[in-house]
Amino acid sequence: MDWINNLIAGLSAGQQLALFSLLKILAAIFLVLLPIVAYTVLVERKVSAFIQDRVGPNRTAPPFIKYLPVIGPLLQRLGIFQPLADGLKLFLKEDFSPSHVRTIYFWLAPVLAMVPALLTIAVIPFGSKLGAEKMVIADLNVGILYTFGIVSLSVYGIVLAGYAANSKYPFLGGIRSSAQMISYEIAMGLSVIPVFMMVGDLNLGAVIDYQAKHGWFILYAPVSFAMFLVAAFAETNRLPFDMPESESELVAGYNTEYSSMKFGLFFMGEYAAMVAVSGMMVTLFFGGWTLPFWGLDQPATSLLLSAAHIGVFLGKTLGLLLLFIWVRWMLPRFRYDQLMDLGWKRFIPLGLANIVVTALVLLLLNRN
Amino acid sequence: METTLFYIFAALTLLFGFLCVANPFSRNPVTSAMFLVLTMISISGLFILLQAFFLAAVQILVYAGAVMVLFLFVIMLLDLKEAEHTHVRKVALVTGLVSVMGLGVMLVLSIAGSGIVEAPAKRAIGDTKLLGQLLFSKYLLPFEIVSVLLLVAMIGVILLSRKEAK
Amino acid sequence: MDGQLQQYLPVLILAVVAIAFAVGNLVASYLIGQWINRRRLKSIPAAKNIPYECGMLPIGAGNNRLSVKFYLVAMLFILFDIEVVFLYPWAVVYREMLAENAGLIFGSMFSFIAILFVGYIYAIKTQAFDWKV
Repeated sequence: MDWINNLIAGLSAGQQLALFSLLKILAAIFLVLLPIVAYTVLVERKVSAFIQDRVGPNRTAPPFIKYLPVIGPLLQRLGIFQPLADGLKLFLKEDFSPSHVRTIYFWLAPVLAMVPALLTIAVIPFGSKLGAEKMVIADLNVGILYTFGIVSLSVYGIVLAGYAANSKYPFLGGIRSSAQMISYEIAMGLSVIPVFMMVGDLNLGAVIDYQAKHGWFILYAPVSFAMFLVAAFAETNRLPFDMPESESELVAGYNTEYSSMKFGLFFMGEYAAMVAVSGMMVTLFFGGWTLPFWGLDQPATSLLLSAAHIGVFLGKTLGLLLLFIWVRWMLPRFRYDQLMDLGWKRFIPLGLANIVVTALVLLLLNRN
Repeated sequence: METTLFYIFAALTLLFGFLCVANPFSRNPVTSAMFLVLTMISISGLFILLQAFFLAAVQILVYAGAVMVLFLFVIMLLDLKEAEHTHVRKVALVTGLVSVMGLGVMLVLSIAGSGIVEAPAKRAIGDTKLLGQLLFSKYLLPFEIVSVLLLVAMIGVILLSRKEAK
Repeated sequence: MDGQLQQYLPVLILAVVAIAFAVGNLVASYLIGQWINRRRLKSIPAAKNIPYECGMLPIGAGNNRLSVKFYLVAMLFILFDIEVVFLYPWAVVYREMLAENAGLIFGSMFSFIAILFVGYIYAIKTQAFDWKV
């Protein structure tokens, strides 16, 4: 370990920052986010199978694994190897661009669908501290506004995918879902304002500190949480709001003309956005990496404690992901006019009323 | 480091701005709109270097994320074909040049008129809290007028896009 | 570089990593896919190049003009987005400024929201949010 310490000590402050952030970013994306994405897909298939009384993926396994006693068949039955096979298959597929597409945008759209999903994780604190290093990629003061800014950019991936395909169903899917996303961005922005009225800071670390002291925001702002949750479903294009795809109406929406990894990036982007928004909900409403007992609500002092904090955060996030999956297989799809009605006619007055009521309560509390 | 980044972002802003209005490779309006998005993003990079973090976030949220989506929708609403607008009308050229010159004169005059002021104390500029305190004390009246402006815009857009009464 | 500004360096690095990841995936899959399927790609059947419309031959242009409704939604979105943006600096200072002048800070945003709500009610009355008509 000594040579590592010496090496780090030899770097300037700026280089250290760059090195540590690069390590955090690589770990967060390749060790945490992408494995979660891959296995959420598996869990989704298994849960849907359970709900529909099927078995789900239980065949895929590398050769000879079934000769391992007990463990081999179990792993195969759980479908542990399915995501690996899926990923490999996406790479091996013929990468076909039909001649009627607009080539540049056809290539650009999948990138624009994936990048914002990865960028949103930057401000989410996924743990307290590891040594002296804060467990957040970028501790920004404008925290939540950064997230909303990036989320608002994720419209382009979809609208350009619809435009690039130069084909009717993808175009309709792309336009529909971009109108849906911008509608629910307002609901999302309005819903969390009461939280920041109470905290008095846009930094997400401050939100967690406040919750460690006063209790989770799900207790103080349940209306905010409900609105944010519904808006999150709409923003990530998940059922019951999966207008862009809505297979029975639009074939596969903007995905229709895509194949191989280009489709894979849309797919991964959707799940990565789901993970990111779950992490955001954990941070805003469920106390982030804190738990109110066993002294888990203070910044970590030992390695074990910081690992526990990261574990707590991931556990809560996975719980919300399960909720996403469960809802998808429980509810039918909304009609498009119902969806827009909910966003514009119900959520905007509700969000504004929520803010005014919170303001009044804080005003009265201040009087006493 | 900061100076280097400033030059990078400034050059990118100018480059993307140029590609937005006079792209030699493509006359596709969607391409122009996408370069305008990139211009907005590099401008928000400049805001960050000025420590105006709130403005930078709002620049991306409102301009890159909202106004440009509207532009894309309008382009698709009008469904401009790439060949349709290759010829420039003389009237459009003259009025365009006149307004650009007017804007240029205004810009030069306002820069010359303000004089070079000392950079305000760092870290005080971009803080959302300070911005809020100023907005809700010193600039309260302009803030309230903004709401009337938004109201007018809202009514205007509804009237414009409404179907003719039968 | 100091304080907050320093915190934007990781964002820049993350953006580079994210773009590299996405582009790398695309390029790798293109190269691998082309190589594996090189025999099949020698002759592409004509039907494969047609936009997919559930087996029917496509008629007319790929993208039609949009309904003006989408323009209306995008425009109203901008206006409400600006309102939301103004709410954030207000929310952050609300509690502190309650101590100084409670009526002012509550009243200022209440009147702001109220004026915009007039426009909102107008939009509802003119059926701007109705998709069925």
